[in-house]
Amino acid sequence: MAGGPGGGETIMVAQEPHAHAAPQGFIRKYIFSLDHKVIGLQYYFLALTAVFVGMFLSLLMRIHLVWPAAVLPLLGEIKPETYLTLVTMHGTIMVFFVLTTAPQGGFGNYFLPIQIGAPDMAFPVLNMLSFWTTFLAYLVMLAAFFVVGGAPLHGWTGYAPLSALQSAGPGEGLGADLWITSIAIFCIASLMGALNFITTTLDMRARGMSMMRMPLTCWSWFVTAILGLLAFGVLLSAGVLLLMDRNLGTSFYLPLGTINGQLTGHKGGSPLLWQHLFWFFGHPEVYIAILPGMGVASQVLSTFSRKPIFGYKAMVYAMLGIGLLGFMVWGHHMFMSGMSPYTAFAFSIMTMAIGVPSAIKTFNWLGTLWRGRIQFASPMLFAIGFVSLFVSGGLSGPFLAQPTLDIPLHDTAFVPAHFHLIMGVAAIFGIFAATYYWFPKMFGRMMNETLGRIHFFFTLIGTYCIFMPMHYLGLAGQPRRYSQLTELAYLHPLIPLNRFITYAAIVTVTAQLVFLYNLLCSMFKGPKASDNPWHATTLEWTTATPPPHDNFGGHTPVVYHGPYEYSVPGAPQDYVMQNDPATVAAH
Amino acid sequence: MGLVLLCVIWLITIASTYFFVAKTWWLPAGASAATAVIDHQFAITFVFMGIIFVAAQLALGLFVWKFRDRGSASPAGYSHGNIRLEVIWTVLTAVLFVGLNLAGSQIWAAERFRPADEGATRVEVTGMQFAWYFRYPGPDGKFGLTKAELEDPSAGGEAALGLNPADPASKDDVVTGTMVVPVDRQVEVILRAHDVIHSFFVPSMRFKQDAVPGLAIHMHFTPTQTGDFEIACAELCGLGHYKMHGMLKVVSREEFDKWLAAREAEKQ
Repeated sequence: MAGGPGGGETIMVAQEPHAHAAPQGFIRKYIFSLDHKVIGLQYYFLALTAVFVGMFLSLLMRIHLVWPAAVLPLLGEIKPETYLTLVTMHGTIMVFFVLTTAPQGGFGNYFLPIQIGAPDMAFPVLNMLSFWTTFLAYLVMLAAFFVVGGAPLHGWTGYAPLSALQSAGPGEGLGADLWITSIAIFCIASLMGALNFITTTLDMRARGMSMMRMPLTCWSWFVTAILGLLAFGVLLSAGVLLLMDRNLGTSFYLPLGTINGQLTGHKGGSPLLWQHLFWFFGHPEVYIAILPGMGVASQVLSTFSRKPIFGYKAMVYAMLGIGLLGFMVWGHHMFMSGMSPYTAFAFSIMTMAIGVPSAIKTFNWLGTLWRGRIQFASPMLFAIGFVSLFVSGGLSGPFLAQPTLDIPLHDTAFVPAHFHLIMGVAAIFGIFAATYYWFPKMFGRMMNETLGRIHFFFTLIGTYCIFMPMHYLGLAGQPRRYSQLTELAYLHPLIPLNRFITYAAIVTVTAQLVFLYNLLCSMFKGPKASDNPWHATTLEWTTATPPPHDNFGGHTPVVYHGPYEYSVPGAPQDYVMQNDPATVAAH
Repeated sequence: MGLVLLCVIWLITIASTYFFVAKTWWLPAGASAATAVIDHQFAITFVFMGIIFVAAQLALGLFVWKFRDRGSASPAGYSHGNIRLEVIWTVLTAVLFVGLNLAGSQIWAAERFRPADEGATRVEVTGMQFAWYFRYPGPDGKFGLTKAELEDPSAGGEAALGLNPADPASKDDVVTGTMVVPVDRQVEVILRAHDVIHSFFVPSMRFKQDAVPGLAIHMHFTPTQTGDFEIACAELCGLGHYKMHGMLKVVSREEFDKWLAAREAEKQ
């Protein structure tokens, strides 16, 4: 039996039922790998290609919106329907293949087992299967661009009847079928992943790693997996019904109606049913995107403040509270939809209530910084940026949570301003923080700090310049998903501010090339990283860099401490590793 | 680095807040009875959220600068938190958020629970790709029946709505492409859609409601100023979404009566 690079005591590991030998051939090692670390990287690189595709689409949107007649090299003039396919595919790719894939599939896969002291995920084959199913979903999604009629134009929310009728517009033919098929496949992949994460967290923790000693990252992946398990099943069902409405003549979402004067041939269905099912998934999805970011921010803020996280238990309960309440608020997307206005009361109160655990988290992050000894490495900059964006994006929530204020604000630019700041950019900042933080462990080399800082400041200022003005546009009544602002007189004065946003977007997108350059160059040319370059406490920093195939080189760590024992009075260093038996911490 | 971060975070905060406070871009001038209460609720929410926004961002900037690593001379404090503080900020946030919600609930109830007044001007608003049509019931006060089979959008007007000529109540129905209503009298809107979901959005009236195929949604608003107000579609409805607009003309009662009488006369 071959030993990992870290040592030869693999026999102990081989006794575990899930253990598997380190593979030798290229295909088994890097393509159809069972190793959670390789699978994590596969997810990460899938998300990396997806984020550049999604970002490119958004750039085209911004350019078309303010210069509708512009003729672009290679692409020509963008038509209004093309603009809507950009809207649809940008949202879909970003939500599913970036915000769901990178933080959970990527970093969760790589670091959950290591952080809890396990040699792998509970079900390695299932893990491989969930990645390749995700990959298939991604290919099917991209294929929608290349079929007759192109990609669908119904937005990432795919409201029926627009999404359910082949004749509702260009892209609503085969393109829409591929879109919904891809999402259904993605749901299956996510369900498999969620099962694996939950089982691993519950069953695979090392001795001494009680639930309340888990790093907050593990808690965030765990809660995210539970949300995924409960939410993706519903979206899968909703998607299958939509496919049936589209192709088999059923009428789940379609009432008696016409399109261009032609009877649709459907009757008896309800367009609101789709919205209920979609948002029953869609709102927890917001937390699926942001919870891992919260976990990473907590981990990084504690590490680089050299302080224990403020209120560990409160942080855990807040995440559980967000997870629970996250399933009771979907109706706040539907205040203007025609559902009973009485239910708006309940959804509104629940939504306001979910602000409470979110506020707790913010207070605790500030409490962690308080009296810290803050070191400004790139991961810390992005974690601080995360907190700032989380506050900014979070505080527009209580406007939209009130049905009364939804009357002027719903479906205006205020909504994309809100959710981009919080589940878009803040979540992306979580991914950046995680990348800069764990890069040394994953690739054995350090990233360039100067480039990291340049990337950070351009991205922070750039994203604020893009999304803060969108609030003003929303207040002024600019509807979202308009391909041009030329048709309504009251929108004309808003065009200059829209141009400013487009300029900011061009600069911000360009700054991401600095990140890409830093990432790819450091992978091969960065200075060699030590096993614990940040002097951090959690188990991934106790093992070799990069970790061996079985993570800990033949032994299983034993845990003696909580995850964030920094600056413990009397300890020889300013950090106490979780598996350090010598020092007894105060907690 | 701490100082640079402080400056950047504070600058972002001050600049963002300035444009809100200066109202450089703001809600369009309102011209309906609901404007005052909705805008007031917005203002209250804005003040509270604005204070939290500024306080949290300034604190964040201040902390990262004040507690920056200054070498071994500044050891970090060792603390796992403070339960009393956790309780205080949890309770305060809960009271604030739920309180804000309750403060706004009266307005929502008035706008959406109560049916329209007896004497309201009744207008049926129908959305279809990519136009709005407005129908008045005529002297008989009854909307004639429509049939999906008869809908012909290319013909426009009554034909677009699929008005059924066999129904006597349809004879005096007036169908227009512009919505005309009298000032200072409640308007009852009956919202319908033929094909996909549209959303009837009149920013100046502080009015928005989706029009959903298969549903007839009853809503109301009261214009308080005369003038022309743009109608937008606020729900993605297809490639022409951005140009699906209409016009709401609010006129004096006399003008409205004259206008409606003229339209009805044309029908005879």
